[in-house]
Amino acid sequence: MYEGAVANLIDELGRLPGIGPKSAQRIAFHLLSSDSADVQRLVGALVEVKERVRFCAICGNVSEEAECRICRDERRNPAVICVVEEPKDVVAIEKTREFRGRYHVLGGAISPIEGVGPEELRIRELMARLADGGITELIIATDPNLEGEATATYLARLVKPMGLKVTRLASGLPVGGDLEYADEVTLGRAFEGRRLLDV
Amino acid sequence: MSLYRDEGVVLRTQKLGEADRIITLLTRRTGLVRAVGKGVRRTKSRFGARLEPFTHVDLQLHAGRSLDVVTQADTLRAYGEPLATDYPRFTAGTAMLETAERLVAVEKEPALRQFLLLIGGLRTLGERDHDARLVLDAFFLRSLSVAGYPPALDACAGCGRPEQRRWFSVQSGGLMCAQCRPPGAASPAAETVTLMIALLRGDWEVADASEHRHRSECSGLVAAYLQWHLEHSIRSLRLVERT
Repeated sequence: MYEGAVANLIDELGRLPGIGPKSAQRIAFHLLSSDSADVQRLVGALVEVKERVRFCAICGNVSEEAECRICRDERRNPAVICVVEEPKDVVAIEKTREFRGRYHVLGGAISPIEGVGPEELRIRELMARLADGGITELIIATDPNLEGEATATYLARLVKPMGLKVTRLASGLPVGGDLEYADEVTLGRAFEGRRLLDV
Repeated sequence: MSLYRDEGVVLRTQKLGEADRIITLLTRRTGLVRAVGKGVRRTKSRFGARLEPFTHVDLQLHAGRSLDVVTQADTLRAYGEPLATDYPRFTAGTAMLETAERLVAVEKEPALRQFLLLIGGLRTLGERDHDARLVLDAFFLRSLSVAGYPPALDACAGCGRPEQRRWFSVQSGGLMCAQCRPPGAASPAAETVTLMIALLRGDWEVADASEHRHRSECSGLVAAYLQWHLEHSIRSLRLVERT
């Protein structure tokens, strides 16, 4: 349908997540009609992100330096590590402003059916961090789905001999939702993890 | 039948777009179904934990062109609950789901026996009465039988005579006698063969009493036999742990 450069651009855009052929076409024509300077800025941002961003040597989060901002921050509690699946999860937890410790990004969850086992995740690095000592609590914040739970179980079993406190994020009812729409498993968990109202 | 109802076990979920998932199910009446669960990854989803792997759900589906859409889901039994907190059982269960999907292969072709076998297997696994690997091997042997690849255990796979079957050949389809055996056939211990027969028939008393080394040998042969007939490797099998 289109030739050369335009077809090429539509193909490339179409490979991005969530972008179908129609959206790709729309973005391509938007770019064609925009200023050169705007396009140059986009190109610059793309090149820069690939050149400058790497993974933190300690926690595995995205970072522009060898160690990420959180790992370098002296004010954070070094005795608590929160284990998450993806860098996106770090951002989600940071938004709560509830957690002042450090993170460890696994890079996914154990999923045997997809061929992802403990070896494919950054579990060895986590064990090395724990073996260095000084850590008192490990908070497991993997996704509350089957794979996340299995990963949490695996980690808890692995860490048990080290004798540290291992906790799992609570699961239960979403804030702002209706009780009647909660599924049995979630509602059951909410009962399990109910807390004392101390007024 | 644009809207239909069925019950099934969730075999696998794959992310789709922003918050959707493609759910692969083995259903009682329709067989293998691939359907979209809209918005299931959002925390406020109506389906929530109901469309997680291992869950036996009652579903209403809307038939689409390539993928169906899940419109309602209700849990009948969450087989995943006891498995998620027990890593060896979780990996064994995952291998069951993957095998069921591979063995059925064709979408929307009823596979009732395979479905019943899967439910039985997951329930037994969750009850923790038997070793996880034994339950898995029993499931493999019976699934293969249901799919039309029963291993020959009572008589030689070559000549059909019941005596002197001391070798096991994956390619020939089971136990063989000295005359029929092809080069490279394994020679399992007599106890291993007894265990395999017990697992196929569901004789748990014999199976539970078996020794560790015979269970290992049996698992190795069953895994080889399964993957030979599937013409595909079962990825989860690599991660299944021995308890």
